[in-house]
Amino acid sequence: MQVTMTVNGAEVTRDVEPRQLLVHFLRETLGLTGTHWGCDTSNCGTCVVLVDGLPVKSCTQLAAMTSGHEVRTVEGLAGGAGLDPVQQGFMAEHGLQCGFCTPGMMLTARALLDRDPDPDEATIREAISGQICRCTGYATIVRSVRWAAEHPAAAATDQEVTA
Amino acid sequence: MTAVQERSPMPQEREANPAMDAPDRPIGYGRVQRKEDPRFVRGKGRYLDDIVLPGMLHGAILRSPMAHARIVSIDTTEALAHPKVHAVVTGKDLEGLNLAWAPTLSADVQAVLATDKVRFQGQEVAFVVAEDRYSARDALELIDVEYEDLPPVVDVRRALDADAPVIRDDLEGRTDNHIFDWEAGDAAETEVVFARADVVVSEEVVYPRVHPAPMETCGAIADYEPVEGRLTLYETSQAPHAHRTLFAMVAGIPEHKIRVVSPDIGGGFGNKVGIYPGYILAVVGSIVTGKPVKWVEDRSENLMSTSFARDYIMRGEVAATREGKILAVRTKVLADHGAFNATAQPTKYPAGFFSIFTGSYDLQAAHCSVTGVYTNKAPGGVAYACSFRVTEAVYLVERMVDVLAAELGMDPAELRLRNFIKPEQFPYKNKTGWEYDSGDYEPALRMAMEQIGYDELRREQAEKRGRGELMGIGVSFFTETVGAGPRKHMDIVGLGMADGAEVRVHPTGKAVVRLSVQTQGQGHETTFAQILAEELGIPPEDVDVVHGDTDQTPFGLGTYGSRSTPVSGGAVALAARKVKDKARLIAAAMLETRPEDLEWEKGRWSVKGDPSAGKTMAEIALGAHGTVELPEGVDGNLDAEVTYDPPNLTFPFGAYICVVDVDPGTGKVHVRRFVAVDDCGTRINPMIVEGQIHGGLADGVGMALMEFIGFDEQGNCLGGSFMDYLIPTAMEVPDWETGYTVTPSPHHPIGAKGIGESATVGSPPAVVNAVVDALAPFGIRHMDMPCTPARVWEAMQGRPTPPI
Repeated sequence: MQVTMTVNGAEVTRDVEPRQLLVHFLRETLGLTGTHWGCDTSNCGTCVVLVDGLPVKSCTQLAAMTSGHEVRTVEGLAGGAGLDPVQQGFMAEHGLQCGFCTPGMMLTARALLDRDPDPDEATIREAISGQICRCTGYATIVRSVRWAAEHPAAAATDQEVTA
Repeated sequence: MTAVQERSPMPQEREANPAMDAPDRPIGYGRVQRKEDPRFVRGKGRYLDDIVLPGMLHGAILRSPMAHARIVSIDTTEALAHPKVHAVVTGKDLEGLNLAWAPTLSADVQAVLATDKVRFQGQEVAFVVAEDRYSARDALELIDVEYEDLPPVVDVRRALDADAPVIRDDLEGRTDNHIFDWEAGDAAETEVVFARADVVVSEEVVYPRVHPAPMETCGAIADYEPVEGRLTLYETSQAPHAHRTLFAMVAGIPEHKIRVVSPDIGGGFGNKVGIYPGYILAVVGSIVTGKPVKWVEDRSENLMSTSFARDYIMRGEVAATREGKILAVRTKVLADHGAFNATAQPTKYPAGFFSIFTGSYDLQAAHCSVTGVYTNKAPGGVAYACSFRVTEAVYLVERMVDVLAAELGMDPAELRLRNFIKPEQFPYKNKTGWEYDSGDYEPALRMAMEQIGYDELRREQAEKRGRGELMGIGVSFFTETVGAGPRKHMDIVGLGMADGAEVRVHPTGKAVVRLSVQTQGQGHETTFAQILAEELGIPPEDVDVVHGDTDQTPFGLGTYGSRSTPVSGGAVALAARKVKDKARLIAAAMLETRPEDLEWEKGRWSVKGDPSAGKTMAEIALGAHGTVELPEGVDGNLDAEVTYDPPNLTFPFGAYICVVDVDPGTGKVHVRRFVAVDDCGTRINPMIVEGQIHGGLADGVGMALMEFIGFDEQGNCLGGSFMDYLIPTAMEVPDWETGYTVTPSPHHPIGAKGIGESATVGSPPAVVNAVVDALAPFGIRHMDMPCTPARVWEAMQGRPTPPI
């Protein structure tokens, strides 16, 4: 069957198996490997992308269900002006180690900041509570999101970000 | 040996960050952002499953639904008829290639695909290669296997019963499930001390089976090129060189024709040390089909079949005086190794470094004995950031010290302070043969107590107890032993535990470091660049770190047991010093002076007494490759290579204090605060050090409260998905509070001790001690992990039960 959706601002149309999961559509059909896969049960959240601006576990959704919708992946997080403050925050506050959960965490953080530009620690923790990180123990992820909240128009660079 | 004490300046606050605030980045040690982050935050990491090779096929494994059963027949006809299937491989096919069994890392063999019978639920039975991953999975459904049930051995306590079914009847002459007996220390001497002690406490302490569960599961892509007989193997591997050597031994492909590439790794924690049947099957699949074959396990496969961790039943005993002087410890351990002994331990240490269970205390005697047995469970047995069973050792001794404190009616922090090895006793030889390199324990524990406000918390607890509220304060103090070898004492399958580094300074003064160890998120690209920067005085951003490709890097045993900085870090520092010495000779030639007339200031050799006359590393590098006439015996380059054979292990330590509140109505444990004071010697990048600690603390909360791979009576795995195997989220862990002291290792080139596993080792007892402390009003002095609400509630009803 054919699906058409907007991915990171560009419209894509592809033939897919009806059963194909969105995560596999993004990774294998479109080659957007920044979205990861980590479990079979929608628990880990490494596959989180934004669908119409909301965090969605792309392993729980079929590509077919996404037809007509707007998808944003980590590859679409940086804009014309450069890196998103969330991306800069994760670098500044050591919010990542192996990097596997990072794309999903950053997209959830982006969605959170879009609806609540100044979230407190408890709000951030709840927002990312559907996602697992095995490396960081979460504190630095929380700090990374706070960094982004405090630097909403951070300089568009991935050079040394000052605290 | 002089132990240098540094204190974190403001314990209650986050570490100051001068590096980030300074206009210039530090040349050498200090907090710098990671070099690997720009690609990861853009989604441009290159993990195994991101790799797509032309014409690549996909493999999937059919696994046993049974824990113990004889294979009567396997019918693959229908699967082979699937239009997208290229091959179906069974154990019989592998027997023809002499590949049905592969050697493990512990002198045993493991079935690649089952031939005679299956020995654990999830064991590999058949392998399908198809055009895409969905078709490969579809075809698994088309394979018909007939099994004949056999009684499983699930309860490890029954594994050595005379009538227990023999699991390993594949091994000639095998009539029981016994694997090994191992001991350390002096049993007779220990018995003498116990016999005359005022107080002896004893407890059965279970460290249940858990799983490292990195976010990225394990996988491989094999690309066999038949004309030249070359195998390129992409793998999720923490030890690419060791894997290559083992593949040469197993598959019969000459080692020089094998290239192992370990790309970005999405977490390892020990899970990616072993060689799993899936890796070998990918190779077989590629040889059979003539195309690259990718195999990536799903999460259930990861949890059910790859390296589990722990699974130790420990009878611990402590002998002490009435005044609280600990005299001796001893333990008998029953170790569940699953169906194949595949644990990755140094050869002479079948129980790893468990004999460090004497902890941080000055004792008169100690003895431990460990018996390893087979059960019908997945093989493995070391993984999950445990530093070769140090986590079991630390958990046992730190739990038992609290049991003793309860018996004596003494504060557990005070009891520890009274028994620490004193700073002047280092290097300290313990009663099981380890030589602790350096330590200064009391300041670390006092710092943690001050930081958390220990006395105030005890007052709060007393008040709350009066009101029936359950609050617990848990203390743990650990000594780690990391950075294996030396190679003469430590090897894995005969390969000595040394690691290498190559340093090359290019003509423009930029440099490359090539490492035998492999990062899985620890930030090697940054830390090792900083070590070179510190030694040579060139900025870390001018240093490229290469790792994870056997064609590009020197040989070494890889990253596990917190080895990278202690071993390859030593290699980088020593290689850099060789480069620096050579640079002096070249600079002298360039300056037309004698080498002994030059002195080093960071990054530059200059003439003594005339600092204006000198050459920077970049100038010297150009000179080395230029037209300067070099002294006799000096090659025209600035390269060096070192394989570092550590003279001893390093012994990081730390003091952890955890505060919990337990809901008396539900048994739910809330971790309110956690203070961790760590000492890993020299801190290269404090940001990365702290990150390593944070991750391990979350592991500790997970194991203490949530994580558990259980089995039912039939041997069905009850922890086979993230629905059942619970890992902490941001909601279950507090904001970590950290502090540090610095006691460098006296024998290490840069005084560094390794930090990767300290917190995973040290934190479980702090959490469990806190839970047990909270439950003291119920007369409880021990309960086993995981302290789930149901299990805590049971304990409150007087029914504490071991998890296995």
